[in-house]
Amino acid sequence: MDVILFLIFAIIAVVCGINVVVQTHPISSALSLIGVMGSLAVLYLLLGAEFIAMAQIIVYAGAIMVLFIFVIMLLNAGAESKKGRSFVAQLLGMPLLVAFLALVSYFIQRLFPATPLVQFGAFKSGTAQNIGRALFTQYLLPFEVTSILILIAILGAIVLARKELE
Amino acid sequence: MNGVPLTWYLILSAVLFSLGIAGFLFRKNIITVFMSIELMLNAVNLSFIAFSYQLKQVNGHIFAFFVMVVAAAEAAVGLAIILTVFKNRSTLNIDEVNSMKN
Amino acid sequence: MNFFILSIIKAAVVASVLLTTLAYLQWVERKVIAHIQVRLGPSRVGPHGLLQPLADVIKLITKEDLIPPYVNKFIYLLAPFLAVTMALISISVIPFGGEIQVLGQRTWLQLTDLNIGLLFILAISSMGVYGVALAGWASNNKYALLGGLRSSAQMISYELPLSLAIVSPLLLSNTLSLRQIVDTQSGSILHWNILRFPAPQIVSFLVFMIAAFAETNRVPFDLPEAENELVAGFHTEYSSMKFAAFFMAEYANMVTVSCITATLFLGGWQPLFPAAWGSNFVPAAVFAAGGLVAIYHGLNPARRRDRLTLPIVGVIFLAIAALFLIPLLQQALIPLFWFAAKVGVILFVFIWIRGTLPRFRYDQLMGFAWKVLFPIALINLLVTGLLVALS
Repeated sequence: MDVILFLIFAIIAVVCGINVVVQTHPISSALSLIGVMGSLAVLYLLLGAEFIAMAQIIVYAGAIMVLFIFVIMLLNAGAESKKGRSFVAQLLGMPLLVAFLALVSYFIQRLFPATPLVQFGAFKSGTAQNIGRALFTQYLLPFEVTSILILIAILGAIVLARKELE
Repeated sequence: MNGVPLTWYLILSAVLFSLGIAGFLFRKNIITVFMSIELMLNAVNLSFIAFSYQLKQVNGHIFAFFVMVVAAAEAAVGLAIILTVFKNRSTLNIDEVNSMKN
Repeated sequence: MNFFILSIIKAAVVASVLLTTLAYLQWVERKVIAHIQVRLGPSRVGPHGLLQPLADVIKLITKEDLIPPYVNKFIYLLAPFLAVTMALISISVIPFGGEIQVLGQRTWLQLTDLNIGLLFILAISSMGVYGVALAGWASNNKYALLGGLRSSAQMISYELPLSLAIVSPLLLSNTLSLRQIVDTQSGSILHWNILRFPAPQIVSFLVFMIAAFAETNRVPFDLPEAENELVAGFHTEYSSMKFAAFFMAEYANMVTVSCITATLFLGGWQPLFPAAWGSNFVPAAVFAAGGLVAIYHGLNPARRRDRLTLPIVGVIFLAIAALFLIPLLQQALIPLFWFAAKVGVILFVFIWIRGTLPRFRYDQLMGFAWKVLFPIALINLLVTGLLVALS
């Protein structure tokens, strides 16, 4: 059951991920990215990270991607043209990327030769209570710092988006 | 066999990360480039969660949480910048946004 | 194996009841608004227009299914599907009642209970915006695009006060599982989160309701489909069953939001006062009273045919009242009665407000979310946290 679920959602994630890259229209890319995020949320659930899975949907799929789609709709961005690509990039890009991937996979296999199998339900500490406790004790300072980061981001966005005051 | 090896999750994460790099390098539309960055962040998050499972700790979850927060802040500012760029140059092609003066 | 069979049966029952409710909710809405405006409402198809939903469905199915040229076909077809799915999924974590025994099997009157039930609902509702936004974009129509843009901005903005208003009752209940949230509110109306010691959540209830109106795109926040500016907003280009899907999604959203409100603030399926004071007899009494009134009017009829129909209705009501007195069924029916009563009241408020209030202007709408609702929800959260910490 775990294997089937993993395979289904891993394949969805990879197919949607490829789609993000190959689609010419930004809206199609954005929708594929939402697909990746949704299937990753399911994989998080399989790994016992229930809070992060839901945060993934709420924050990524529900807020960030809505912003992207909103901006794409607002700018009425069309499909991008194919011309103007560097010849070297087209020739070497894909082989280099595949080589990189093969290398990473090789190292991963070598580094973790005999880890126990990932089983759903074996790790149950990813609840909202545990995350909250860790956030407000051990990670209190980073947590507060992120709030300042968000405040700065809000201010930055307002400054950038407001009309010129002249 | 009940359950998948941890390495599968990590390789999936690597695949998604490479796809993110590919999008980042090959695409011209500034919004798609931005989305590729989000894809890479997601791939990294998957690694964090997988390691967290392996070590039976929630620290990886916390990291993933902070990555999300940073991604949200980044999206807000980044999209505001994209809006401004589009307003000033009426193009979304990153190759045409290459001079400090327009 | 039993678990799977039970789950499938429960899902089938919930789905059929929900879909029937959606169809009749529309009839109720038309009737109530008609009476608010001193009209009769649907009255031709069946007695009191009761078959009107069926007629509407037949009409919508048999209408020509137009797909305009120049639309992005995939997204155009995806959007109504997304809207309906996201609207219907959240019902799966709502508890309708306590634990019951059916044919030796113990089961809960709830499709599934999640540790993260409330987060799940928030996640699903945050995905709901895609249906509307994508419909607006894919239609390739400027009114539809404007409607889609408005609705995505509106739904993002109102999600913040909505979530903050949800957090305050969570501080009282101390869990994210909806079943446990209901369990912590047992007792009487004074234990419901809306009035609970030490921090009554009246303010967050109001904020939640207002934000819920905006999230479901209902009057007075129905800017995305404001007919006098935008034709029909995001679903201008949709016809036939695809239009019906958006229509259904709106009503499904209303029902789920009402269920969530009842669960979070009004004690879910918990009765108004404890069973020791006789709350188990309230449903029977309500139905019996209704039946007696109907029979009384049947004996002194205003119209000739009432002499026949009203006594029949009355007898049916009395039979339902009798059902509530059978101890075996009480266990299941009484929680359902209380839950349905609370949801019904909230749905009536939805319709009532549609009949009463005019539409906001767009800048007022956004200003209201960010300058009024958001600070109020934030302050309420602080006060609640303080009161909970002190007690």
